[in-house]
Amino acid sequence: MSWTWFHKWGSPKWFYALAGRLQPWLALAAALLLAVGVVWGLAFAPPDYQQGNSFRIIYIHVPAAMLAQSCYVLMALAGVVSLVWKMKVADIAIHCAAPVGASMTALALLTGAIWGKPTWGAWWVWDARLTSMLILLFLYAGVIALGNAIGNRDSAGKACAVLSIVGVVNIPIIKYSVQWWSTLHQGATFSLTEKPAMPAEMWLPLLFTVLGFYCLFGAVLLARMRLALLQREARSGWAQAAVRQALGGGLAP
Amino acid sequence: MNPQRKQRLYIIIGLVAAVGAAVALALSALQQNINLFYTPTQIANGEAPMGTRIRAGGMVEKGSLVRSSDSLQVRFVVTDFNKSVAITYRGILPDLFREGQGIVALGKVGTDGVVVADEVLAKHDEKYMPPEVNKALKDGKLAQAEP
Repeated sequence: MSWTWFHKWGSPKWFYALAGRLQPWLALAAALLLAVGVVWGLAFAPPDYQQGNSFRIIYIHVPAAMLAQSCYVLMALAGVVSLVWKMKVADIAIHCAAPVGASMTALALLTGAIWGKPTWGAWWVWDARLTSMLILLFLYAGVIALGNAIGNRDSAGKACAVLSIVGVVNIPIIKYSVQWWSTLHQGATFSLTEKPAMPAEMWLPLLFTVLGFYCLFGAVLLARMRLALLQREARSGWAQAAVRQALGGGLAP
Repeated sequence: MNPQRKQRLYIIIGLVAAVGAAVALALSALQQNINLFYTPTQIANGEAPMGTRIRAGGMVEKGSLVRSSDSLQVRFVVTDFNKSVAITYRGILPDLFREGQGIVALGKVGTDGVVVADEVLAKHDEKYMPPEVNKALKDGKLAQAEP
């Protein structure tokens, strides 16, 4: 098996160029998918027979919650790459993904609370799903704080990678909490193996917003990573050339 | 993959496995405390502590809801289709509270086995449905039952 393709991704110059090519397409896809999904979900999808219109918050809540977990898994994978292959790009990925994942987790908790009040009758309950999600938010906060607290860049990267990898144990707990324990939170809305337990005109807009959130995440992450790469590689020739090109070549070196 | 990288990868896999095992042990030890509520079977078997605030959860039995005519006092029975337990509550029920719906009630178990609740939360499932579909389903069931 050849590992060249893999090591190519680890090269900051190559990554910067490829991310630059991918990013506008992801941003465009995110804008289209989110526009269609949000308008369809909020205005045209039928209301729920029990909850009425308040169920529509699902079109934000579920994508945010899914992305919050996926983002952490991505950080854990980047952590493995960082520790095993010592790639700088992986450290940067953790550093740039953590705030985005934290805001998604906060969004999921916030929309969940807003949804919980009219349906369950409580903003917050200490059930297994909600609590494990809160722990995920703390894990994100830990990664962000750790990255900023350690001055040495390599040690900070190593510490964040270890915390990301260890924290990934929480992800299956979040996923299966509604099956392992009796919780107030209902079961999974989407699963890969089964058809969703609602009609297509309700889950199709949800699929659009979920994919839209993922594309938005990809675009935001790549934009953040490109900037971080430029800052980190500011002294190298390719970074200076890239900055000069971005400024229209008007600046003398 | 060179041997050094392979070794680091094994260390990481070992680390995750160890942390996972530790968390699994801790969670299984805390099993009872993580459950949000006691099921009617657990309460009927005396697993729920008497005199302290607990949560009781289950399905509201069809036709069991009795409202007081002059106050907000209500009495209903929740079941897990095995055992059932009576709950009394004074206050406003959540919008989603109805017979056949899952609920969680916070309160104390009395000596007579009745839970005196001071808070009732409604549970819902992931089966979202437009109102017309629900109506059609109900009509279909009625049509089947009638002839």
